[in-house]
Amino acid sequence: MIQWLADFFGSMGATGLVIWTMIKIVLITLPLPLCVAFLTLAERRVIGAMQSRCGPIRVGPNGILQPFADVLKMLFKEAVVPARANRMLFRFAPFLALVPAVAAWGTMPFSENLWLADLNAGLLYIMMMCSIGVYGIILAGWASNSRYALLGSLRSTAQLISYELAMGFALVGVILLTNTLNLGDIVRNQTGGFLHWHLWPLFPLFVVYFISGIAETNRHPFDMAEGESELVAGFHVEYSGITFALFFLAEYMNMILLSALAATLFLGGWMAPHPIFNQLPLLGDGFLWLALKVAGLLFIFLWVRASFPRYRYDQIMRLGWKIFIPLTLVWIVVVAVAVRWSALFGGGA
Amino acid sequence: MSFSAFLFYVLAVILLASAVRVVSARQPVHAALSLVLAFFTMAALWITLGAEFLGLALVVIYVGAVMVLFLFVLMMLDVRQTDQSPRWRLHLVPALVVGAVMLAEIVLLIVNGTRTKTESLETSASMENTRELGELLFEDYLYSLELVAVLLLVGMIAAIVLTHRQSRFAKRQEPAEQNAVRRDDRLRIVSMQAETETEDDTVHSSEKREH
Amino acid sequence: MNRLRHFLKTWLLLELLSGLWLTFRRMFKPKFTVHVPEEKTPQGPRFRGLHAQRRYPNGEERCIACKLCEAVCPALAITIDLAEREDGTRRTTRYDVDLSKCIYCGLCMESCPVDAIVLTRIYEYHGEQHSDLYFTKDMLLAIGDHYEAQIAKNLEEDAPYR
Repeated sequence: MIQWLADFFGSMGATGLVIWTMIKIVLITLPLPLCVAFLTLAERRVIGAMQSRCGPIRVGPNGILQPFADVLKMLFKEAVVPARANRMLFRFAPFLALVPAVAAWGTMPFSENLWLADLNAGLLYIMMMCSIGVYGIILAGWASNSRYALLGSLRSTAQLISYELAMGFALVGVILLTNTLNLGDIVRNQTGGFLHWHLWPLFPLFVVYFISGIAETNRHPFDMAEGESELVAGFHVEYSGITFALFFLAEYMNMILLSALAATLFLGGWMAPHPIFNQLPLLGDGFLWLALKVAGLLFIFLWVRASFPRYRYDQIMRLGWKIFIPLTLVWIVVVAVAVRWSALFGGGA
Repeated sequence: MSFSAFLFYVLAVILLASAVRVVSARQPVHAALSLVLAFFTMAALWITLGAEFLGLALVVIYVGAVMVLFLFVLMMLDVRQTDQSPRWRLHLVPALVVGAVMLAEIVLLIVNGTRTKTESLETSASMENTRELGELLFEDYLYSLELVAVLLLVGMIAAIVLTHRQSRFAKRQEPAEQNAVRRDDRLRIVSMQAETETEDDTVHSSEKREH
Repeated sequence: MNRLRHFLKTWLLLELLSGLWLTFRRMFKPKFTVHVPEEKTPQGPRFRGLHAQRRYPNGEERCIACKLCEAVCPALAITIDLAEREDGTRRTTRYDVDLSKCIYCGLCMESCPVDAIVLTRIYEYHGEQHSDLYFTKDMLLAIGDHYEAQIAKNLEEDAPYR
């Protein structure tokens, strides 16, 4: 049906293209908050289960409507602006956090022919969007005119910059292996079952990427920007009601984005784990596999949160600069040599 | 006017306005944010011109890292808003001179400069100029690139050496040593006979307690 | 050899993985959640909840207005006025407990020489205003009358340990 729609609008020329693009944008951005809603529910249920409790089960059957109750509560709360805050930037910061988190989905390939923009530098585009998400946090902390908020945003700034490097190097490994920045081509490079996924040759980079991703999204155990035991709530301590909800939304969207990117780069994106599955009617090669992989990675996010205590700030910095960056650099050299070797001698890989 | 020309003018206006704001804003943080906007618009301009790698790299490096550090420093310094009106007169002459020199340089570049280069870029502007750029940098201009890299490295080392002098009073932890500590380093389990309390001992210990 | 083992342990993240494995196993174990209000946690006979004033079996109130509870109350939640009744006994004219001050320490109950003031097992009550949580003598006596059987049983069960 998607193909049919694409052909239909394609036949209408430029206006058709614009309308079709708009429809695709809506189709991508509308389900996202819904995913976030159920991700929060899943988070509370999973962490609850890991701590031998139930989590929310009261609202709706098995607590399935809990996110909506939360959203309603947030909507009706007063959004307070602190007296000596910088009002304009204070209001602006949540959007600055949210917009990149949504915009980054622009080049994400959902299946063989389902994406918004087949950009050649798609990977770079997503990295760019990830890197400007930090502005929301910085400005929120600064505009609140609160010590806690400022400290939280300073911490997260330093943390994001350090881990972005490790993450970037991990992505360089993928680029070396695939010789392209186009996300679709990167997925197609992994055709032919899970043994061909980038996960295996780039395993250390995958681990580094994923841990850096946890740090990038300010999630446990790297949530120094919030650090409720010492900074109350960090950068969003002064935000309430819907403005807080926007930060929340941005954080969870970033989680989904990073998982989707990890699935695309290392776990074969929309490809089935084995060509055998293509015979199945529903699954095939397509969006469902990507969704499953993303769900699995998100589960790891929650799992890690339930299991580990928070790092100390200097430990985070040490891990980022002294362990991850050297590790990724070494592995990039290894990958580069391997790629060159196989190119010279025509071996496998 | 075509759509791309329209886009160009809109972006150019935003770019100029934000650039002026960088200079005129009194609040340093506002100036930095205007600079961010300027970089962003510049990146958008480059992308419309077909240099998508340069545009994205500009955002990743300058917006995503350099300006973040700028803001970081500005916030740490806690620079207050200056109440004095900027003294235009004082800086007018040097500013004009510098501006004129820069303008002259740009004009010279445009008039007898790299016209041919841009044309060659345009012909290959099939949105695949990342590879193009890579080949240019790492094959044609490899040695100059290496030279620049060495210069940067020297600068980096110098910065670290200058700021990272060991203070006499600094106390520091060695996480590697802390991590390397095993149980056997700290704890020794001695096997010995179990001691029973004799009457003599109890008298002794009660005496001790009195003291 | 030891060093090698330590090295592998660090770089293969073995300790982190064992932590993850622990939480993963936990996921499938039975939950400890008590589903209040359908389920309730068990209470001991010493549970200290809402206050009550007791009577003797013949219907006479126990309190003799000795004011020990008022004196011992660390939160100053008890207010007592007294007067002589027509039959010459010493009785309270006012015995108020401010539940919003009370810390449920049970010292009043301990200090009472005639077991008049007691803390019952009731804990599910609320007030929408401050005044709703201000209990007067009549209210306390009414609670005591209503729950006398339970209160007596609690005291009996606890008696051997006093």
